[in-house]
Amino acid sequence: MRLLRIVPDDTKFDFMRFRRISFPISAMLSIAAILLYFFHGLNFGIDFVGGTLIEVETKGAADLAQMRSTIAGLHLGDFQLQQFGAPNDVLIRISEQPGGDAAQQEAVQKVRGALGSDVDYRRVEVVGPSVSTELLAYGTIGLVLAIGAILVYLWFRFEWQFALGAMIANVHDLVLTVGFMSLTRVDFDLTSIAALLTILGYSLNDTVVIYDRIREMLRRYKRMSMPDLLNASINATLSRSIVNHLTVSLSLLALLLFGGQAIRSFTATMMFGVVLVGTYTSVFIASPILIYLGVGRTRQGEPEGTEAATPVAPPTAPSAPNLEPAQVPPPGQAAPRKARDLAAADLSGLAGSGQSSPPASGCLAPARLDLSGFAPQRPAAPATAIRDPALQPAGL
Amino acid sequence: MLFFTRWRAAAILITALVVCLFAVPNFFPESTVRKWPSWAQRHIVLGLDLQGGSHLLLEVDSNAVRKERLQGLADDVLRELRAARIPFTGRAIHGNSVEVRITRETDIPTAMEKLRALSQPLSGILGTSGQRSIDISENGGLITLTPSDAAVIERIRQAVDQSIQIIERRVNELGLVEPTIQREGADRILVQVPGLQDPSRLKEILGKTAKLDFRMVDLSMTPEQAIGTHPPQDSEILDGEKGSKYLIEKRVLVSGADLTDAQPGFDQRTSEPIVSFRFNSTGARKFAEATQQNVGKPFAIVLDNKVISAPVIREPILGGSGQISGSFTVEQANDLAILLRAGALPAPLTIIEERTVGPGLGQDSIMAGEHAAYVGAALVVFFMLVTYGLFGLFANIAVGVNVAMIFGVLSMLNATLTLPGIAGIVLTVGIAVDSNVLIYERIREEVRTGRSAINAIDAGFSRALATILDSNITTFIAAAVLFYIGTGPVRGFAVTLGIGILTSLFTAFTLTRLIVAYWVRIWRPRTVPI
Repeated sequence: MRLLRIVPDDTKFDFMRFRRISFPISAMLSIAAILLYFFHGLNFGIDFVGGTLIEVETKGAADLAQMRSTIAGLHLGDFQLQQFGAPNDVLIRISEQPGGDAAQQEAVQKVRGALGSDVDYRRVEVVGPSVSTELLAYGTIGLVLAIGAILVYLWFRFEWQFALGAMIANVHDLVLTVGFMSLTRVDFDLTSIAALLTILGYSLNDTVVIYDRIREMLRRYKRMSMPDLLNASINATLSRSIVNHLTVSLSLLALLLFGGQAIRSFTATMMFGVVLVGTYTSVFIASPILIYLGVGRTRQGEPEGTEAATPVAPPTAPSAPNLEPAQVPPPGQAAPRKARDLAAADLSGLAGSGQSSPPASGCLAPARLDLSGFAPQRPAAPATAIRDPALQPAGL
Repeated sequence: MLFFTRWRAAAILITALVVCLFAVPNFFPESTVRKWPSWAQRHIVLGLDLQGGSHLLLEVDSNAVRKERLQGLADDVLRELRAARIPFTGRAIHGNSVEVRITRETDIPTAMEKLRALSQPLSGILGTSGQRSIDISENGGLITLTPSDAAVIERIRQAVDQSIQIIERRVNELGLVEPTIQREGADRILVQVPGLQDPSRLKEILGKTAKLDFRMVDLSMTPEQAIGTHPPQDSEILDGEKGSKYLIEKRVLVSGADLTDAQPGFDQRTSEPIVSFRFNSTGARKFAEATQQNVGKPFAIVLDNKVISAPVIREPILGGSGQISGSFTVEQANDLAILLRAGALPAPLTIIEERTVGPGLGQDSIMAGEHAAYVGAALVVFFMLVTYGLFGLFANIAVGVNVAMIFGVLSMLNATLTLPGIAGIVLTVGIAVDSNVLIYERIREEVRTGRSAINAIDAGFSRALATILDSNITTFIAAAVLFYIGTGPVRGFAVTLGIGILTSLFTAFTLTRLIVAYWVRIWRPRTVPI
């Protein structure tokens, strides 16, 4: 029986090549998202700014204009009226009343009185000032806490560059998702925080799988250059990634289509975060960033040693032609996304990989993985040190 | 990896089975389940957004508690100093303290001694904590008494406990079904009433403190004069019905605390709704005294600092019972009787959060949730079968058991299922499959590198499991944080997501392996059909 193979075996797509495009694009999108947040703003729900939310079902189609004038007559300040799903479903949102918690209740009474018993009150939610400030604080703290906790966990399991790389990639995820939410003006309430946290967790899930493979490869193939190694890791996990994203998308699709209006903002946000952004960042950001953070600096014929050895340790002189210590971006420089930084860092990446261009075609690779399909890296013209024939590892 | 002793296999299967069995009570109606033994009765509780109902968060007005404490302290100071016959001036409440000035310097030590006796040690966790309830200081004849912070916190805590009891009584009187009333934090109370659609009456009943006092009307001047100048020291202006004002003495003759019963009824002569009440023996005695001493004068019935009525005492009332009339509607009379029977709240309650869901929306949400769950599951199952064939079938079985186990654990914990919770389960199905996918992709890879079937499968499992653990833990951390900061429906999501991750780890590590192991043992395949 022929099984569905979405991703052919032995793909050898060169993902790392795109890092010069993906980083600037991501930087621009992130800036756009941040600008959107500050200027366009988020559509904060009553959970965070207080107020009253009433969902009513009218008999027959709702006469929004009339309801609007009725409520305007109550002088309750700003309010919004909109259709919510079915044509006789109306969502009324009244902003927070001055006067503390008791005033919110009065407002509800007035609205109930004005609309009378002609409508069926499907849902009434009132959040006073005390609770709304708390929820906002908790929500923000929660996000920060989650990021911190996961950072610590990754630091334990991997090295700090991995932890940092994963965090950058995933915070970037969150930033883009917030931008999406700002653009589409979905309700930003507690369920949105739930969506953001889930996106964070799930997208990290993805990144960790790739990192796990990278770590395994780092241990196994001590002489492979970083870009090659990263490409190999991603290609190896590509099939799993695609299948997994498809299954989660199918679940989310079911939720989006059938889950009802009440959780629509939640599922839409999750769909964006998980499917679109999560995949992209795991492959195009989280992995290349390791290069910029200095993982595998000492590659080129130098045995890595134990996993705990920090990859940015200065190489021992005799056999390690680490060619460009001066050009290494200081570890922890976490934002090599601007173009000029890219140029500097890129040189080092290229220079390093220039070394390995001969071996890429098969000397190093053990029988299991055939790397001959990888395009040889471009010879690194600019770095003069490479020209030194004495430093060419013999026999490669 | 593929080797399972009989014991281990049995243990795994039995654990899974037992957990799934806990989910069974959910499928039977309430009435049947009640007949089962208590350990088998645990079931999932539907959240308010699925079954409809009201969620009210009430806050105890701690300022009012503070003020009352200070007033009580001021009264105590008055009593002590008068009993010791120590002249004083300027007894007043300033900010958070009571101040009093002792006229004669020689009296100061005695006064301090007497007043110190008012302060009591506070109990800590292990007996007395060494803190006292009042801080007393003296400076040139001016004695300042401040209730300590610990004492105030203790008072608030007591007020909350008392309020919970009174709320329970009031809610029971309204005949509401299975309410949940519990403390939340230092000064808040959560009231959840499933099935309640219009909480207006409940909110009214909870909003009233229902402090009933009987006091004399002060006839020394008219209310208008008192407003114009300045009410006498021991009286205050209170509002009555329809904007009228009364000048009422502050001294309470009898209070509602001494009531034993209150019933709604109708006045014999005018047929208007009234509330008739009865005092206990202490109350009856005080009432008799008060009415005996004040025949012919009006006395005021004050409810929550508002004068309900101010009838003239025509004759002494010795029987300890009477009636309150005050232009009530029938429902108002009813409600007042309920409030009086349940008792007065120690401090006013404010509703700071309300979420009410009508049954219509609840039903719709359940249906939407079920719909989404079935469709999502079907899609994922189909996709797995198409992509991995036989192994896809194994994965589907494992995920099926996974979902059953989620329900089982939720039942065991009597957890609440909300609409986001259902979304969490649907999401977990998608994520749970990932563990299996990791394993299968690894097996495929091992096969490509030329291992034999069984070795490939074995290697696939062993290599993949560490990754599975790592990746799931990060999502679990996110779920844990969400549980901690979330409330209500969002918390339900965190719960199902978290439980889903745990059960999917369990099934990935054990169940899938078990199924594959047995398949290998029985079929002894040469190639892996993956």
